[in-house]
Amino acid sequence: MTTQPVIRLDDVLLVSLHSDMGDEDAIRLQDDIADRVASVAPRGVLLDLSAVEIIDSFLARVVHDMAAVTATMDAVTVVVGIRPAVAITMAELGLDLGGLCTALTVDAGLRELRARDEVRDRERP
Amino acid sequence: MSGPVSAQAIHVGSDLDIVRIRKVVREHAVAAGLSLVDQTKLVTAASELARNTLVHGGGGEVTVSTEGDERGTTIRLVFADRGPGIDDVDKALTDGFTTNSALGLGLGGARRLVHEFHIDTEPGRGTTVRIGFHAPNRRGR
Ligand SMILES: Nc1ncnc2c1ncn2[C@@H]1O[C@H](COP(=O)(O)OP(=O)(O)O)[C@@H](O)[C@H]1O
Ligand SMILES: [Mg+2]
Repeated sequence: MTTQPVIRLDDVLLVSLHSDMGDEDAIRLQDDIADRVASVAPRGVLLDLSAVEIIDSFLARVVHDMAAVTATMDAVTVVVGIRPAVAITMAELGLDLGGLCTALTVDAGLRELRARDEVRDRERP
Repeated sequence: MSGPVSAQAIHVGSDLDIVRIRKVVREHAVAAGLSLVDQTKLVTAASELARNTLVHGGGGEVTVSTEGDERGTTIRLVFADRGPGIDDVDKALTDGFTTNSALGLGLGGARRLVHEFHIDTEPGRGTTVRIGFHAPNRRGR
């Protein structure tokens, strides 16, 4: 693979998935994210799915697991950029990303993370 | 690219073969003029069934073809393995049923995504799943 799937933007990790990824690549990326979250301690992870052409039950599970693992390390995952055709197909397949925070674009995802941080700062002075 | 795409057989022996199958199925779907949503449904069903061939069937072969008859164009996919077979097909088609702690949505979900769906299976002999997806030029849809 030539592109770097995990990029650091200040205190956020931007992770990009794409459809040429095999199942084992996806599992490797999941481990990679856990390592990077442990070493960087970002406040959030943006999981960019805009290049993903299909989400089947395997990938949906990987996305859930990625979010669950980062949550245990005190970082929020926001899933961004799911294509409309992918969302329609997921619903028919019986998959949902229920419980996951989603946003339409990377920008909106960054805003979402910032808003969550402000709430957290107010609650924990 | 338009016009018929000839039949292709793809061996399923590793997870990267699933990626290749998705690509080939997408090419057939685009050539048959499916909408983006229909392309996505068919490729997603193919990905689920190819993974079943690999994971449950121990590998096998997938055949992808585009057929035309007097009623129109149909994309046909066949997923064949010589694995353990399925004891109870009705149960296997139930959402949430799985024998390996996966999500159990593959078979039932794939059936919902396509227009034709048949399973032939015999315990100890293997499993063949055939699906068909009709292109929009098909009459009587
Ligand atoms: N090709 C196959 N060979 C043997 N068993 C199969 C095959 N495909 C599906 N099955 C059985 O049907 C069950 C349900 O399949 P599926 O709905 O795809 O769920 P999952 O793959 O998540 O377990 C599987 O757990 C397996 O027991
Ligand atoms: Mg399956």
